[in-house]
Amino acid sequence: MSTAPVQGAPTADTPVTAGAPPRRRSVVAQPLTRAQYLTTAVLGFLGLLAIWTAITLSGLVNPLFLPSPLAVASALAEQAANGQLLEDVTVSTYRVMCGYLLATVMALPIGLLAGSFARVEAVVEPIMDFIRYMPVVAFVPLTILWVGTDDAQKFLIIWLGTFFQQVLMVSDAVRQVPSSFRNLGATLGLSRLQILIRIVFPSSLPRVWDALRISLGWAWTWLVVAELVAATSGMGYRITQAQRFLATDVIIGYVLVLGVLGLVFDQLMRAGGRSLFRYQKGRS
Amino acid sequence: MTLLTARKVEVANVTKQFGEVTALSDISLTLGQNEFVSVVGASGCGKSTLLSVIAGLEPPTAGSASLGGHVLTGPGRDRGVVFQSATLLPWLSALGNVEFALRGEEGLTKKQRIDRAREVLAQVGLDGFEDKFPSQLSGGMQQRVALARSLSYGPEVLLMDEPFGALDALTRRTMQELLTQVWEKHRMTVMLITHDIEEAVFTSDRVIVMTPRPGRIRAEIPIELDRPRHADLIGTPAFHSYYTEILALIHERGH
Repeated sequence: MSTAPVQGAPTADTPVTAGAPPRRRSVVAQPLTRAQYLTTAVLGFLGLLAIWTAITLSGLVNPLFLPSPLAVASALAEQAANGQLLEDVTVSTYRVMCGYLLATVMALPIGLLAGSFARVEAVVEPIMDFIRYMPVVAFVPLTILWVGTDDAQKFLIIWLGTFFQQVLMVSDAVRQVPSSFRNLGATLGLSRLQILIRIVFPSSLPRVWDALRISLGWAWTWLVVAELVAATSGMGYRITQAQRFLATDVIIGYVLVLGVLGLVFDQLMRAGGRSLFRYQKGRS
Repeated sequence: MTLLTARKVEVANVTKQFGEVTALSDISLTLGQNEFVSVVGASGCGKSTLLSVIAGLEPPTAGSASLGGHVLTGPGRDRGVVFQSATLLPWLSALGNVEFALRGEEGLTKKQRIDRAREVLAQVGLDGFEDKFPSQLSGGMQQRVALARSLSYGPEVLLMDEPFGALDALTRRTMQELLTQVWEKHRMTVMLITHDIEEAVFTSDRVIVMTPRPGRIRAEIPIELDRPRHADLIGTPAFHSYYTEILALIHERGH
């Protein structure tokens, strides 16, 4: 783009009055700058860490149940040094990606169709709504009986936990495209199929992307559930192993790593969305 | 009077019902070749429904609309529609949005489409804004792009559904002048739906007044004001007498 798009930060354009501006308290909350936001967020994390440290130092809680941040860090460092952590993270990420991509590849076309055609919606959505209220956890024993305890079972659990929700969210994203867009396509002489492909689907993409980003978070949750029950590798497996040896420092360390992984993937999806949908103002 | 010109659009005894509600009751009207006609009326008088019927977006319950003698059965590129909201595709630039409409023109290369799009955008005063996304344009500018998009492929009739209704008063005035200028230069058949009497008188050769429940034509007023028209016309006694006449017709026996 040769033009300079005016994106975000409209507050930076507000004229600065000469001399000392009078300090006024605005009635409307002012948005934070990016730097302010980040500093505040980091302070929040540090505060949490301080509380945790204070509790462990006070001796109120047996360190066996709540180890200090330092103990957790050293346990995690040990796991990292002997390569265990990287191996577990790799295996788990691989499983999440496979299960999630499988669900996404199936949910996208079905969701797009269900959002576009009332007939498809009538077939698909009641079933999806019914299944998605079934507890995925209850399917764990069944999936073990069906496909065993290897990777396929993890994929299946992740798929069960995300696919049905994705279909509903994607079809909803398509339905949210204003009908005036369809009318526009019709007056331009486009066929119904052309309207869907050239106008409706591209219009729904930002919302579809958000739906996929949110469901990626769920995929991580379901992965750990699957690995806790029946696995011989992965983050969830390591946590159950650590439980056996009362290694609460490892458990907490792994839980924290899972949190960080979730955050990283979420930020990656957000960055992807920002670059794909640059035309949207103020997309976060 | 411009009634002697060729009939372009003919609406014959059109009735439109939505369930129990009669939106249009036995409406008949014609638009002459290259005539600029406005339809005014209070909200709910069915004027937008009338436009949808001519655009082919709503089938009439009874009666028919025809263009050049052919009964219309659906939407088509022979009629360009400007909606109240600009309905620009957000992922395309201003240029891209106009070029998008031109993809339906057979035999145009991509370069020809882009050249044509630039040309029409310049006509509506948007040269220099070709590469902006809709989110970077003001409401008035977005509506200019929408107008350019409809003009680009040269439809036989331009249908405008309260195109400036969502704009502020100053921008609206500018857009009315722009529309008048463009029309006076390129003459085409236009039907403008509006609730703004000034807009109707200023832009049109003829104003059709509708009354609600059920939607009926109350009167047709030819506007015999000289062209080209400029903003200072609005202060003149002649303009004012049209204004009061139409206002009285709208309020007369209004429910």
